[in-house]
Amino acid sequence: MPLLTVTDLRTYFYTRSGVYRAVDGVSFSVERGETLGLVGESGSGKSVTCYSIMGLVLTPPGRIESGTAIFDGVDLLHCTPAQARTIRGKRIAMIFQDPMTSLNPYMRISEQLIEPLLIHEKISKRDALARALAMLESVGINDAAKRMHLYPHEFSGGMRQRVMIAMALITKPELLIADEPTTALDVTVQAQILELIKKMQRELGMAVIFITHDLGVVSGLCDRVQVMYAGRVVETADVRTLFRAPQHPYTRGLQRSIPALQPKGAELYTINGLPPDVSKPLPGCSFAARCEFAIDRCTAEQPTLATFGPGHAQACLRVQAGEL
Amino acid sequence: MAEPILELRDVRTHFPVSQGFLFKRALGTVKAVDGVTLSLGRGEVLGLVGESGCGKSTLARTIMQLLPTTGGAVILEGKNLTTGSAGDVHHIRRDLQMVFQDPYASLNPRMTVFDTLAEPLRVHRVCPATGVPARVAELMQLVGLAPRFMQKYPHEFSGGQRQRIAIARALALEPKIIIADEPVSALDVSIQAQILNLLAQLVRKMNLSLVFIAHDLAVVKHISDRVAVMYLGKIVELGRAADVIERPRHPYTRALVSAIPTPNPDLERTRQRIVLPGDPPSPMNPPSGCAFHPRCPHAREICKSGVPPLFEFEPYREVACVRVEEIANL
Repeated sequence: MPLLTVTDLRTYFYTRSGVYRAVDGVSFSVERGETLGLVGESGSGKSVTCYSIMGLVLTPPGRIESGTAIFDGVDLLHCTPAQARTIRGKRIAMIFQDPMTSLNPYMRISEQLIEPLLIHEKISKRDALARALAMLESVGINDAAKRMHLYPHEFSGGMRQRVMIAMALITKPELLIADEPTTALDVTVQAQILELIKKMQRELGMAVIFITHDLGVVSGLCDRVQVMYAGRVVETADVRTLFRAPQHPYTRGLQRSIPALQPKGAELYTINGLPPDVSKPLPGCSFAARCEFAIDRCTAEQPTLATFGPGHAQACLRVQAGEL
Repeated sequence: MAEPILELRDVRTHFPVSQGFLFKRALGTVKAVDGVTLSLGRGEVLGLVGESGCGKSTLARTIMQLLPTTGGAVILEGKNLTTGSAGDVHHIRRDLQMVFQDPYASLNPRMTVFDTLAEPLRVHRVCPATGVPARVAELMQLVGLAPRFMQKYPHEFSGGQRQRIAIARALALEPKIIIADEPVSALDVSIQAQILNLLAQLVRKMNLSLVFIAHDLAVVKHISDRVAVMYLGKIVELGRAADVIERPRHPYTRALVSAIPTPNPDLERTRQRIVLPGDPPSPMNPPSGCAFHPRCPHAREICKSGVPPLFEFEPYREVACVRVEEIANL
């Protein structure tokens, strides 16, 4: 049985300028120990999907319209707050893009680190501090005994992200949600953090949902990838299949537009136009307006994810009809 | 190489750092750019790469004369800009233009596209007032925007379209050189490709020279003829773009190239990766000798003393490392 199963999740935002369908019918599951990549451009709904699972959607303006998120038998979207508290922050942890704004600047690192332990476990402050120290050492902070009593501003960006990871993993979660954890970091530091996430995953056997827009990061880290576009999932496959034989026109276009995969200096393939305005109703495929293969049917009928091969599903009517 | 249009000779830009408000104490100097010598050919695209804090943006602003130089010379077609008067600098703006990273911050939200593009034309009186609308329309077409959007404001455009407006503004005076500071970093992949194609096409069409600053090596390799790698205010490697990125010589470039995840799962899982320890050091208190030695896997005693000069290691390749020959086959 999967560790987490999300079914038909819809999260809308009610604003003065209309109803934004940020997440519009997303379903997926994560197995124990697996790494799932959630890929998409800004505004594709990848972060909001995870915020919904973690109960971080600001209500109002946001509202979870429908869907379930079953984590080990408990529906996170419909359970009591008390039930949710025993899972979120303990069995599911999350790290964010910007470690400066997600750490409290007024609290010493040590106090922030032991906070989840004091809340979720019956543990003395002394034991908690010992666990915090061990955790900081395992995420690669030198001289941790001395530095754990410093404030966040006394650490560099990479070190802060290590602290964030230590804080998320201190309760030994079964699922870690990482929302673009390396986007704000330099490449050499990004390489360190990715290695660290892999190492901690091996040690703790946890599952990871990794949100990113960088297909390079995905290819090295993830087992399975899910591509999102305008609040919907357009393709999902294991990582090798997705890079070798992408099916959906959006995934194909994305791949052809990356300089790293093209001969030097060649004209890059461009996906024309812009992502759709998700505050307007979209009767058909969300990619139809930019798709070079779109036909009348694509703007009228909403495609659903259909299995294409083992573990490979895509939501394109024409691919499903065997026309592409 | 083609005849250089721009030359940098031992350019240095230092910032004093002080603490306190009334009784300022000098704490030291940040050597953001510390002895850069470079040349840019006509119609050439030079990529400038490095991590945050390495001084690549400061170098761009120094070339633009937006920052005063501490030492050295910036020579545009034989004229030294660092010794010029304010009037001279005003004139060189026609030849030297800049595109910034964030098109949300670099366009005035209260100016329409027309106002934004007409301003440089008016300031430099390049065409009669009656000719301005036609020139603005021409500029918009050049960057792939429909002239009917002339009276719209920046907030009505997407990020990619805004970057097109910023490029059109830079092109308004028909400059010889454009310096683009991370022009695609803030954009999504599918939009990135549009802007990269546009820049490459403009360089060809208008015989522009382009200094392209980025931290994404794949993007730099794609668009550049030559690439310069910076670390802590200095150039550590310089050569032909594809060569430098496919066969890096300096230990820092090697680590940088190896740190970049490639979008190819098979390759990505099998290749050797050099993971550098630690963070880039503070430019206020740089390490002795070669600034890279505390993180360098090949560092020896000799690296701790004496700053390694940039020398021609092989044809079309300059490297600033004393051990480059010894480690070439490691």
